[in-house]
Amino acid sequence: MGKHVVVIGAGVAGMEAAGRLSRNGLEVTLLEKESVAGGHINDWFRLFPDRRDSNEVREYLINLSSDPKIQLKTGASVDKLTRHGSSYLLTTDAGENINADAVVVATGFSLFRSSRKEEYGYGIYENVISSADLEKLFISGEIVISSGKAPQRIGIVHCVGSRDEKVGNLYCSKLCCVTAVKQAIEIKEHLPDSEVFCFYMDMRMGGALYEELYREAQEKWGVNFIRGKVSEASETIDGKIVVKVEDTLAGRPLKMDIDMLVLMAGMEMSEGGSKLAATSGLKTGENRFFASADHHFGSNISNLEGVFFAGTCIAPMNVTETISHARAAVTEVMEYFSNNNR
Amino acid sequence: MKNEGKKAVWSEYQKEIADDKFFYVRSCIRQNFFPGSEVAFLRILKEVLGKDVYEHPCHTTCSGIGYHGDIVPFETAMTVVARQFALMTEAGYENYVPSCITSFGLYTEILDTWHHFPEVEKKIRKNLKEATGREFEAPKNLAHASDVIFKFRKEIAAKAKYKLINKNTGEPLRVVDHIGCHYAKMFPSKGVGGAEYPYVLAGMIEEWGGQVIDYPERRHCCGFGFRQYLVQANRGFSVACSKEKFESMQPFKPDMIITNCPGCPMFLDRWQYVINEIEGKQYGQNGEGIPVFTYEEVAGLVLGFDPWDLGLQMHQTDCEPVLDKIGIEYSPEDKYKLNSLNHSQPKHLVVNV
Repeated sequence: MGKHVVVIGAGVAGMEAAGRLSRNGLEVTLLEKESVAGGHINDWFRLFPDRRDSNEVREYLINLSSDPKIQLKTGASVDKLTRHGSSYLLTTDAGENINADAVVVATGFSLFRSSRKEEYGYGIYENVISSADLEKLFISGEIVISSGKAPQRIGIVHCVGSRDEKVGNLYCSKLCCVTAVKQAIEIKEHLPDSEVFCFYMDMRMGGALYEELYREAQEKWGVNFIRGKVSEASETIDGKIVVKVEDTLAGRPLKMDIDMLVLMAGMEMSEGGSKLAATSGLKTGENRFFASADHHFGSNISNLEGVFFAGTCIAPMNVTETISHARAAVTEVMEYFSNNNR
Repeated sequence: MKNEGKKAVWSEYQKEIADDKFFYVRSCIRQNFFPGSEVAFLRILKEVLGKDVYEHPCHTTCSGIGYHGDIVPFETAMTVVARQFALMTEAGYENYVPSCITSFGLYTEILDTWHHFPEVEKKIRKNLKEATGREFEAPKNLAHASDVIFKFRKEIAAKAKYKLINKNTGEPLRVVDHIGCHYAKMFPSKGVGGAEYPYVLAGMIEEWGGQVIDYPERRHCCGFGFRQYLVQANRGFSVACSKEKFESMQPFKPDMIITNCPGCPMFLDRWQYVINEIEGKQYGQNGEGIPVFTYEEVAGLVLGFDPWDLGLQMHQTDCEPVLDKIGIEYSPEDKYKLNSLNHSQPKHLVVNV
């Protein structure tokens, strides 16, 4: 067809979309603000629900997007997106101008900055870490606290930055519950003698095999699930973390010392996505993610003709959903070119 | 503990604090609890820093204790506060400085309410006009008195005679800062440093040479919590709250506690005596209690004020261990001399049960 599509963001959605577009004969420029493609999956150890090694998914995406028709430009973010006739002009932060017949926005998400929940002491207390930090420990193969010792008692806080009016995020990030279950199991695999406590508001196990994983965590691994939101964390003189929780099933307050507190950071509109929204005229919704034209029939379609959405730039999604959504975006692009006979 | 993390939080909670021309309103209860503190504030502001501070003789309670004790309706509290603002307006001042933390919280809540619901402010203005004939301007700047001392902490340090340093070891004194609940927990953006890691007292401690102690129950209520103490049946809970804090801070071996609320120093001071009477337990070092101070008292001490002029003889937990550590000169025999009357040392400490 000789058409050129720019895909913004080389994470799961962007790489999948770029690969599928090139397979359909289109020329693709794939822009990535970081120095390497892959997005968040680069920082993840294993994926739920089957605990697949994230490297397998990364290799799949690299293979898919390694096509002569795809030009990957790393270290490049988009400053401006403007319509010129029937095409778009994208200006990168390096000042490069790129013309596109269509654009796929795959700017993804940012993990909620856990230090914003000040009461948990992330960035202040030595042994309060985020779910992303824990993945790095899994990758390193060594789960240790600041003293260099293995933690015996680990607490996991769900819904950090999600379903939280105080931080302005009313929505559910959808993946944190199952991530907590997955990480709790992995902690037990690494440290069989440890105790793991998950503090949850309610368990949202809405994906394929999630509920089974939740059951496995309890029955096989003995992970403790306590229904209650952690109200505050503090540090003892020997570096332990004291958490205060209301156990809403037992109907009583709970205070306990733990060695490590893991915060399940939610998902937010990415910084790059917010910047693009501000400069391009792309609409965003109440949750600050990009707003699709239609929730049911047009989740890939934006308010700008020829600009399409792929993946978590519109809402929290897991990897499976992200890949499906990216493929759907490619279908929309192809239909767009076909309908406009371009 | 990573101090840079706290600094990042503090940087997000900056607050505008007026520089001069303060309309100062006293607390209902502080003059009974620690009467030297408000006097020390005025002395520091007027004599040491040369500021213009005005007190109005017609100032009354803000009704905050009644409001938070669920016996004064909000509309009544707002009208009482509107009258205080009218006194300020009539006196030609714009920078309102309450001595009391609960007053500060109430004023903050009222101004925020009026900001979001202008029709409420209109109604209160009408109430005040009908009841008293007065009119008012809302303060241009509202700062708690501890905010003002925080603002001038460097100037105080520059004029200081003493530092919060152990003269024998050269080590900084280990200081627990306890912030009144109504300072920032309701409106974090109105407190220096926010609600979770307030900097208002920590900044003074650091500037005057001490080391701030962060302990697990730092955020916990001192035990005053009006419904805990004012309802007599709940007083056991009040002591239990204070005890929880003492147990939590004890491993850090604090030399002293500094507070910015009328009730907190009272309860942290008196309940140490009560716990000692009940359980024979002391939480300080060498079998002593942990001396508890108001921020004005500490500012006065570093400036070289006489401890007995600051009213330290009103403390039930003796302050001398801290005075001795710092090396503050004082006359033990003058401890109970007040207004040139030589009061003998009280033989019995009466606890109202």
